[in-house]
Amino acid sequence: MNFYRSHVLVCGGTGCSSSSSAKIKDRFHVQLKEKALDKEVSVVTTGCFGLCEAGPVVIVYPEGTFYSHVKVEDVDEIVAEHLLKGRIVRHLVYHEKGEQPEVGKSLNDIDFYKHQTRLALRNCGVIDPENIDEYIAFDGYMALGKALHEMHPAEVTQVIKDSGLRGRGGGGFPTGLKWELCAKNPGEKKYVVCNADEGDPGAFMDRSVLEGDPHAVLEAMALCGYAVGSDEGYIYVRAEYPIAVKRLEIAIKQAREYGLLGKNILGTDFSFDLHIRLGAGAFVCGEETALMASIEGNRGEPTPKPPYPAAQGLYGKPTNINNVETFANIPQILLKGADWFKSMGTKRSPGTKVFALGGKINNTGLVEVAMGTPLRRVIYDVGGGIPKGKKFKAVQTGGPSGGCIPAELLDVPIEYDSLVEIGSMMGSGGMIVLDEDNCMVDIARFFLDFTVDESCGKCTPCRVGTRRMLEILNRIVSGHGKEDDIEKLEQLACSIKDTALCGLGQTAPNPVLSTLQYFRHEYEAHIHDKKCPAHQCKELLHLEITDKCRGCTACARVCPAGAITGEARGMHHIDIDKCIMCDSCIEKCRFDAIIKV
Amino acid sequence: MKTMAELEAIRKQTLERINLRKEDKADEVRIVVGMATCGIAAGARPVMMAFMTEASRRHLSNVTVSQTGCIGMCRYEPMADVFVPGQKKITYVNLDEAKARRIVTDHIVNGHPVAELMIGADEDKTVSKEEDKQ
Repeated sequence: MNFYRSHVLVCGGTGCSSSSSAKIKDRFHVQLKEKALDKEVSVVTTGCFGLCEAGPVVIVYPEGTFYSHVKVEDVDEIVAEHLLKGRIVRHLVYHEKGEQPEVGKSLNDIDFYKHQTRLALRNCGVIDPENIDEYIAFDGYMALGKALHEMHPAEVTQVIKDSGLRGRGGGGFPTGLKWELCAKNPGEKKYVVCNADEGDPGAFMDRSVLEGDPHAVLEAMALCGYAVGSDEGYIYVRAEYPIAVKRLEIAIKQAREYGLLGKNILGTDFSFDLHIRLGAGAFVCGEETALMASIEGNRGEPTPKPPYPAAQGLYGKPTNINNVETFANIPQILLKGADWFKSMGTKRSPGTKVFALGGKINNTGLVEVAMGTPLRRVIYDVGGGIPKGKKFKAVQTGGPSGGCIPAELLDVPIEYDSLVEIGSMMGSGGMIVLDEDNCMVDIARFFLDFTVDESCGKCTPCRVGTRRMLEILNRIVSGHGKEDDIEKLEQLACSIKDTALCGLGQTAPNPVLSTLQYFRHEYEAHIHDKKCPAHQCKELLHLEITDKCRGCTACARVCPAGAITGEARGMHHIDIDKCIMCDSCIEKCRFDAIIKV
Repeated sequence: MKTMAELEAIRKQTLERINLRKEDKADEVRIVVGMATCGIAAGARPVMMAFMTEASRRHLSNVTVSQTGCIGMCRYEPMADVFVPGQKKITYVNLDEAKARRIVTDHIVNGHPVAELMIGADEDKTVSKEEDKQ
């Protein structure tokens, strides 16, 4: 075994990989070899660190130095200065906006991490996900060993039940209860399924867990198999997640080699094995009945419930199906006990939740906070607020099934029930921040456009109803809204909610309903005044040149449509009929004389 | 793998290797070797390697070896600081590989700092000699 004095951790999540972290890793290997440091310093690829905004991210231990926005060229300097001479490369160290780079600052002192509680993500960015030993080093597979040797299956279920863990896929159904129902249903053959068909626009929590800590999911599935009496499991993961799929395959292979999957695990008579099924990316396949149909090789279409999967699921057998993040919590709950888990979060929603923070926010990335944390803390303290000094308008949670939460409700604690009460939902964890430049009607239209696209077409309310709603919204944003459109939208939304077959259809109207609830005035402005208050809907806008104009002629020269006229040194004018709203003149004008109205 | 003992063995062995990534380092012993140009020229690299191999050979998973720049006493290089939790920093000077190994055994394992290798050892000696004369 080699003893390395320093470990260089390079983020290998999808975010950093797309900004050439693989090349950075290769460069480290080359440089370390050149300087004969390869026996002293090891380079490790890890999962996502969470602060994707600062990527590609490199951390050097034992100092815990956090380098951000690292470029391939920077590697030479880090090796020559930091790793050879022990001098931290100050100008590459991560620093918060407006602060000087501070050399001694450890990861946990950074605002982004300070307010987080990392449970499901505890190993992401710490271990090498392609090395089972590193997972074992941080207590991996200990929970499985403990359960198999010391606990009865019913006791395992009881611990999960006592912990109060609720499904992290969005619905929030108590996980322990789900396991119990499946365990009680008679049957020789049962299945455990992991739902990794993450499809909400802007959500990437499950991908990050699979990329950063795949063994946690495998261990939890084996535990679940033991608890409910199943010997076979499926992981249904999107084919668009190639890194996650690759790491899962490696993890399953390693676990089989160690005898932690397969026959007679850890010398007991419990056997459990896993298969991966790739989904082709249909949003509806995240719905559990559609997902199971897809695993069976059928069209991914939902079926009515009951029968619930716990009674009649995959191949007609009792099946327990949980989301990736739910599984990622299980091994630690079993090791540390239900009371430890309940000590975090709130009474109704214990534990933590991972969110994918995106949109108009400074620290785009992956965060995990205790349940009950107010939205304000997530957006301002962890997320670092809104860029360019813009005003916060709303935050969209729950993806196409969720809703928008306005600024006045920012102090609402994040938990399943409180979010439903204010017309949104937890959802799988996408959190898109909107600022004053976002038009709420357009946001609702965007999400509805997505559901119309993804509707499987099996039931009429979803297939036809959502399309009609989209047509109305398209009409409104293009300036042809009619007086009774809002009422029509509300009526359609309610009937779709009541009559659609599956969760996709039942929740599809939510973005419209919640924006109507909090931003009705924006709809009214579009319909009655033919104005877009956020200046986003192009067909409701025109450009105007104000008296700040000095007649420099720059705008007239750049206008591709020849819509701007005026004498040199004289006030210019835009012909609205010719203008194509390309904004080129606004960019060109040095006097801020051109405005949208 | 058939038993929990085997799992536990892998856990311990790997933890030793990756322990320095843990954030909670209450029991961490830190050896910081001066590795500026002066240090390297005086032979700091083999000294550092000796610290590392000795710590690894004795399975001292709480020991981290790291580097620092020149602290201005180039004539004493190779130098190293040893930080044991709850104790004062001790600076060792004019090191070589054998001395490094001895520091690991005597100071870190057995808890007896090696007085004659510390900075100021020369001055102390002269002081004590002068005291003897008096």
